[in-house]
Amino acid sequence: MPDSVVYLEDVTVDFDGFKALSNLNFYIDPGELRVVIGPNGAGKTTLLDVVCGKVRPASGRVIVGRLTDVTTLSEHQIARAGVSRKFQTPSILRRLTVYENVELALRRKYNSVFSALFGMGDSNVRERVHTVLEKVGLQDKPSQIAEHLSHGEKQWLEIGMVLAQDPKILLIDEPAAGLSDHETRRTGEILLSIAGERSVVVIEHDMTFVKQIANKVTVLHQGRVLCEGPFQSIQDDPRVIEIYLGGHKKHVAN
Amino acid sequence: MQRSKRVEAFCTIGLLIALVFLAPYFLSDFRLNLLGKFLSLAVLALGVDLIWGYTGILSLGHGVFFGIGGYCMAMYLKLQASGSDLPDFMMWNGLTELPSFWKPMRSLPVALVCAVFIPALLATVIAYLTFRNRIQGVYFSILTQALSLVVSLLLIGQQPYTGGTNGITDFKDVLGFSLSDQSTQRALYFVSVGCLALAYFFCRWVTRGRFGRTLAAIRDAENRMRYLGYNPAHFKVFVFAVSAALAGMAGALFVPQVGIVSPTNVGIVPSIEMVIWVAVGGRGTLIGAVLGAVLVNGAKSFLSETFPNVWLYAYGLLFVLTVLYFPDGLAGLIQKVNFGWRRRKVKAAPAVSPREIAAEEVVR
Repeated sequence: MPDSVVYLEDVTVDFDGFKALSNLNFYIDPGELRVVIGPNGAGKTTLLDVVCGKVRPASGRVIVGRLTDVTTLSEHQIARAGVSRKFQTPSILRRLTVYENVELALRRKYNSVFSALFGMGDSNVRERVHTVLEKVGLQDKPSQIAEHLSHGEKQWLEIGMVLAQDPKILLIDEPAAGLSDHETRRTGEILLSIAGERSVVVIEHDMTFVKQIANKVTVLHQGRVLCEGPFQSIQDDPRVIEIYLGGHKKHVAN
Repeated sequence: MQRSKRVEAFCTIGLLIALVFLAPYFLSDFRLNLLGKFLSLAVLALGVDLIWGYTGILSLGHGVFFGIGGYCMAMYLKLQASGSDLPDFMMWNGLTELPSFWKPMRSLPVALVCAVFIPALLATVIAYLTFRNRIQGVYFSILTQALSLVVSLLLIGQQPYTGGTNGITDFKDVLGFSLSDQSTQRALYFVSVGCLALAYFFCRWVTRGRFGRTLAAIRDAENRMRYLGYNPAHFKVFVFAVSAALAGMAGALFVPQVGIVSPTNVGIVPSIEMVIWVAVGGRGTLIGAVLGAVLVNGAKSFLSETFPNVWLYAYGLLFVLTVLYFPDGLAGLIQKVNFGWRRRKVKAAPAVSPREIAAEEVVR
């Protein structure tokens, strides 16, 4: 898979004997928006953790871009290699303003102590921040303190911060959790507008949301890929129905 | 936000004018000398605030950095006082030759550079080893506390080289000016004011702008910053080193004004006291650290002059009250009063909620 942006090969993650991922193979193409679903404990979040460096695999390779094997890099090096992560619970810099949150997240040539002290790489900051804020719909609230945003706005702010990193790939964990229907739809639109330029991996439970954004869906089960394909074929796959959708079949059908 | 900045600038400039122009004419020589001491301690408090208030790392080892600065200065002063002879305590301990690490301290510039850079270097090594391995919170505090114990024991144990429990004292002059002259002490007072002003503006520059925001972000959400491509360890090491350098500078200023340095300046108790100054003054605000150092030490010398037995109890009470009722210290109290005044104004213009203003002030 020479063109893939992320390439997991034979990855195993072992939590004291419990194999969260077992010999997993997984590829993401440039510009692709991929949704990962699966029952609890299937290894969805662990999959993202392995790519961004939060969890180290016991064996296997995780390649980002062409050549970078991230299994030996630390988290900030992986982030600088173009992998950006949004966590399930909004993890924002709560005491800073919306503007400052995005400003600190902007990709810069250097992220060192001295570049921060002397403001190096701060050209066009204003425009770059505003471009990001417009994309996630927070352009009217740059001076709002982040912790006073609504839950949905916090989710969007974190997507904005992740986007400000100018990453090759965005890893997004349950962006619709706890959102209203309207906010969920809006989140889907944001993600769709990001995909194309960058690859996006989304973990999600909400099937209406998955249907809205999904092009290709991967189903994880017990740390392995159960099946992969367009939303419709996944929805109709008897194995998927059995392990995951069984109880929700009626809900998904509408 | 604009207003609170203006208030701060106003306070700072007012304070500076008072220190330079008013204090020398209204205070007796004795009081002025005391104030000079407190101002040098305020330099240290700025450093403690930088690492604790702004970066969220509680160091209980700043006595060590202060002590190193103080001992470097004391070595220079002792060699000045001894002339071509060996310092007295070395003779008593049977040394016949000046130890090699004492020799460079004949020069004041070398002593001053050592007073600032040795603490910074030591801090860099300690911080790098701990923060690289992601040792955090209370573990770092315990580690630094152990350091202050070790260093004070080392100073006591190596009596021939350090003067032991008695420390180093009996100084005569600095750059040819007698330390017992009032004019020399007066000059030292102005040097302290100058150093404090420099340290203050340096800290202000560090804590404002993107670097300051990065520190706040690391304090509140270190992991988030990691996944945004920052290496928090580098930022923490830098701040800890700067903080230690300020403590060393404070030590070098303190010693000629007091006339002695000893292991009692280095150990666990003084290190904790330093934290109390900043807590009482208000951590996370520079002016709070300065006020805390000056007022707490002022109260200490006032109370220990009049009621020598009461001081320690008062100290404890002060700390407990601060933690319970004024977690943001004096500076927080001032802001609260200021904010209460603003809230009445804001009622007319409900576009901004009072909570937002309060939050804004916390951030600034």
